[in-house]
Amino acid sequence: MKFTVIAETNEDLLHPTVYQLIGAISKIGAETTVICPNGKGSSEASKIKGVEKVISVNGDCFHLFDGSAWSTAINSVCEGTIVISASPNGREIGAMIAAKRDIPIIQDVTAISAGIEVTRPIYSGKATETLLINGDSVITLRPNAFENAELGNEAPISIVDQTSDLKISIIEAIGKASERLDVTEAEIIISGGRGMGSIDNFSHLESMADTLGAAVGASRAVVDEWGMPHRMQVGQTGKTVSPSLYIAVGISGAIQHLAGMRSSKYILAINKDPDAPIFTVADYGIVASWEDALPILKSELMKL
Amino acid sequence: MNIAVLLKQVPDTTAKITISNGKVDENNVSKWSMSPYDEYALESGLQLKEVTGGSLIAITCGPERTKKMLTDAAAVGADKLIHISEDKVLDSTQVQKLLAATVEKSGAEVVLCGKQAADTNSGSTGPGVAEILNAVCVSMVSEVSINENNFISTRPSNSGAEKVSSNGISVFTFDKGISELRRPNVRGIMMAKKKTIETIKPEEIGLEIENSDRITLQSQNSPPEKEPGQIFEGVENIPEIVSKLRNEANVI
Ligand SMILES: Cc1cc2nc3c(=O)[nH]c(=O)nc-3n(C[C@H](O)[C@H](O)[C@H](O)COP(=O)(O)OP(=O)(O)OC[C@H]3O[C@@H](n4cnc5c(N)ncnc54)[C@H](O)[C@@H]3O)c2cc1C
Ligand SMILES: Nc1ncnc2c1ncn2[C@@H]1O[C@H](COP(=O)(O)O)[C@@H](O)[C@H]1O
Repeated sequence: MKFTVIAETNEDLLHPTVYQLIGAISKIGAETTVICPNGKGSSEASKIKGVEKVISVNGDCFHLFDGSAWSTAINSVCEGTIVISASPNGREIGAMIAAKRDIPIIQDVTAISAGIEVTRPIYSGKATETLLINGDSVITLRPNAFENAELGNEAPISIVDQTSDLKISIIEAIGKASERLDVTEAEIIISGGRGMGSIDNFSHLESMADTLGAAVGASRAVVDEWGMPHRMQVGQTGKTVSPSLYIAVGISGAIQHLAGMRSSKYILAINKDPDAPIFTVADYGIVASWEDALPILKSELMKL
Repeated sequence: MNIAVLLKQVPDTTAKITISNGKVDENNVSKWSMSPYDEYALESGLQLKEVTGGSLIAITCGPERTKKMLTDAAAVGADKLIHISEDKVLDSTQVQKLLAATVEKSGAEVVLCGKQAADTNSGSTGPGVAEILNAVCVSMVSEVSINENNFISTRPSNSGAEKVSSNGISVFTFDKGISELRRPNVRGIMMAKKKTIETIKPEEIGLEIENSDRITLQSQNSPPEKEPGQIFEGVENIPEIVSKLRNEANVI
């Protein structure tokens, strides 16, 4: 059975999820070809265990994201079962390649076994489903749900020149780069809700986040009412995240918020209401006001 | 200009999902609603219609119950309602083909849909429909406007957001939009009740839906039960929690 991984990158480095995609495939006893759009990260990819070969697809179309152009260029070198990260771009490219090849696409897979059998959450995490796939397909894997492949390889790299016409153009960039980590990429997220009292109090969360190397997230209430950026919103109409640790501060735990974060590996909740629903999903809970809890939490973390 | 909006009816976000015999029990869903992002697609479609003086075509594919959602769309201003009637369980590729063929038939120049549906949570449909129509696709947009012959949409970027220009038939998948959603008024609701819903059978658009064995559903399940958490009253136990986070959970 053949596998093709499509690599995403962060600047010139492979996105950390690429290690997870290759790790997931190795786990079911297979090797994979890795496609690096515009060659980015190709030498790094060749060093990952479980990689059979690396194909760098070079073309002008890769200087801005146009799912249609990217999937056309990439599709030309794909084979077998195609595996991508369930990031927004990954989902789009995956859906387009599946449509081109007229093969099924299964998005946001959280477990995979030989056969191929996959499991994925549905209804925003209120249920899961397990599917058996017969033949080739496109599978996108949820970030942070799989273990990393290790380094220690020297796979051959080949270069293919393949571009495609861009159908869009960027006419304006809005907003400046945020120095803060994106919630979908972070290992640890600390999110605040209406219980923070005001937008200014988010500075306490930011300083905690800096101590932990964490991203800052938010509930919809504070995004809507205090104008926090929507990219910070976690939940049904925000981002779906699965970090190793999710810290919810002053968030009640409405079903729509849980939809975005309940698959986090560990959840720590701080809320002054012992009956807040967030405690039903929390692994660890502190029933206290954040004003009392955060300073102590921070000083304990500093001691580590 | 004809504007197509793809709308899916899903269990309301507050509805409980129950499993019986290894499958989600749809009969037990207490309330069905329009998928949340589709509401933003619809709102944006209504705004495009207002500036271009076009016609808004609401399209859904699903069982009989989904007609109610089309009527709800008419109550806020959808002009034409199309129901693709298919009771079989369809995979994503089949849904995309049906929707794409219907869009093509409707003569729409722009297609708006949700970035992902609240039941599948996939995000496959918009890009797939765009691919089949050989159309432009811009995903996760928060607004779309028209400037001369170009569509100008706003999507997230690494540095915040960016404005994207496209022309020709374009598919936009919606994230949460920037506008407030409009609510129907009494007159709208009354008018909507009288609006006819055009029903299309897959055969009529030249598509025969076969049962495919490419994907077999093994089972649907409730999410794994979590062990009850360790909840502590007051702040005295914070040092203990921090040490548990380090030694028990291994996350810091
Ligand atoms: C279609 C739809 C989609 C939605 N999508 C989302 C989504 O994507 N994300 C999302 O988050 N919500 C979403 N919501 C909204 C959701 O239903 C809730 O309204 C929202 O999550 C509540 O935010 P919150 O927990 O910050 O506020 P609240 O529910 O007001 O909770 C505040 C909490 O803070 C606690 N508190 C107060 N003061 C303190 C203090 N000093 N110290 C500690 N704790 C304190 C309170 O006990 C309370 O539990 C959606 C709703 C709908 C209908
Ligand atoms: N059966 C359907 N009928 C109409 N629109 C649909 C259907 N399925 C998906 N869509 C549209 O495509 C979006 C993404 O769906 P999905 O790919 O299932 O996540 C939805 O938000 C709808 O706008």
